[in-house]
Amino acid sequence: MMCVVDYGVGNIQALLNLFNRLGIETKRACTGKDFNNATHFILPGVGHFDHAIQKFNESGVKEPLQDLVLGSKIPLLGVCVGMQMLADGSDEGNLPGLGWIPGRVKEFAKNPESSKLSLPHMGWNVLHPKKNNLLFSGLGSNFPQFYFLHSYYFDTKEKEDILATTHYGINFASVVSHQHIYGVQFHPEKSHKWGEQLLKNFSKI
Amino acid sequence: MLRSRIVPCLLIDNGALVKTQVFDRPKYVGDPINAVKIFNEKEADELIVLDISATKLSLGPNFNLIEKLAAECRMPLCYGGGVNSIEQVIKLVDIGVEKVAISSSAIAQPTLINEMIAAVGGQSVVIVIDLYKKKNLSSIDYQLCSHNGKKFYNEDPFIFFNKCQELGAGEIVINSVNEDGLMQGYDLDLALKIKALAKIPVTFLGGAGSLQHIEKLIENFGVVGAAAGSLFVFKGKYRAVLINYPTPAEKIEICSRALKVYNSNKGASSV
Repeated sequence: MMCVVDYGVGNIQALLNLFNRLGIETKRACTGKDFNNATHFILPGVGHFDHAIQKFNESGVKEPLQDLVLGSKIPLLGVCVGMQMLADGSDEGNLPGLGWIPGRVKEFAKNPESSKLSLPHMGWNVLHPKKNNLLFSGLGSNFPQFYFLHSYYFDTKEKEDILATTHYGINFASVVSHQHIYGVQFHPEKSHKWGEQLLKNFSKI
Repeated sequence: MLRSRIVPCLLIDNGALVKTQVFDRPKYVGDPINAVKIFNEKEADELIVLDISATKLSLGPNFNLIEKLAAECRMPLCYGGGVNSIEQVIKLVDIGVEKVAISSSAIAQPTLINEMIAAVGGQSVVIVIDLYKKKNLSSIDYQLCSHNGKKFYNEDPFIFFNKCQELGAGEIVINSVNEDGLMQGYDLDLALKIKALAKIPVTFLGGAGSLQHIEKLIENFGVVGAAAGSLFVFKGKYRAVLINYPTPAEKIEICSRALKVYNSNKGASSV
């Protein structure tokens, strides 16, 4: 059962609708009890980093999720700020991140290569896979496009944790993974056929 | 490389889909949910839905309808119309709207912009600036307006634009009242004036009558949001209602061809 973690932040409904359309059994998970029979987790997130982390910490899902993801090795996909939450911390806020993928979230505006561009990075941009991964299966070689909406990016500690990059002034990590923990900076639930394929692939990991 | 966004803009009037001309004479063009389904199939880049009766009739957003639209919508959705409180903004994001647009409330109570940014993040905050073009003998002026072009303000629209982006809004939609529904092309002079100021993503609305008009906008502005109403709901000179949108291949070709022109002109002008 695919579990979309609902801690009060992010577009849960759009993800549920999409999995529904794909015929993948999915539920909204608000408490640890909802995690019974979970085979995959989606961790959504939008808005300010500290706001998302704070809501997550207060929701009571942190401990049970940690047990299942770090202990039982159930795959998890973080989306947008949900991806950034996997880092050790973010320049956007002061609260520590989950630290499940080593690295730090940085600001485009502070990077001389991207600071002159219009921000947030908003719209459709191309994914350049750096590694073969099941997540990219069936996306085609013809520059898959995804919808981005963000001002911060994940700077991973280990280069091996970068699965794909996207160019916006700099080549930033648009897909990351550390073992069975994944993160995508874009919104697959709002990225038409490419997003559908990617989420379908995740359900098979 | 980031691509320009080609964005259908749907107007809702009492729950029905309409299209206006110069902010007037709404013509019934169909059912909004059905329109969203068609734009899903056509893989539109994004959708803007504006409720034109919400502010005029002092109604709040029609949450029931918006929730249905958001559930159907497989691309990012921007909603505007009748939004004047932070509670409404949070509720809209909760029911699946990616971006909330405010217009008259941004002018009347700019602190709402700060509150919105704190609550839902700047990336979800869109300011729609309605501009009315006044031609004088020697110059062209733009006047800030709202309430479907019925209420005018003295505040300089370009100073207002700067204020919105400095407060941290995620996007500004420039809506040319005079061009609405006429399908004669975007106001490119206005686009260049805005270009000189813009540090955040900008979307232009008003005037697009063909894909060439969108191409011209990108050639002048670079990466931009090109929004249109009539272009994507009418076909032919008799304005028959037929929802249409460029194919993914056409879209990529138009955007990259136009951006090349923009980049080569930029290179030429900086020499």
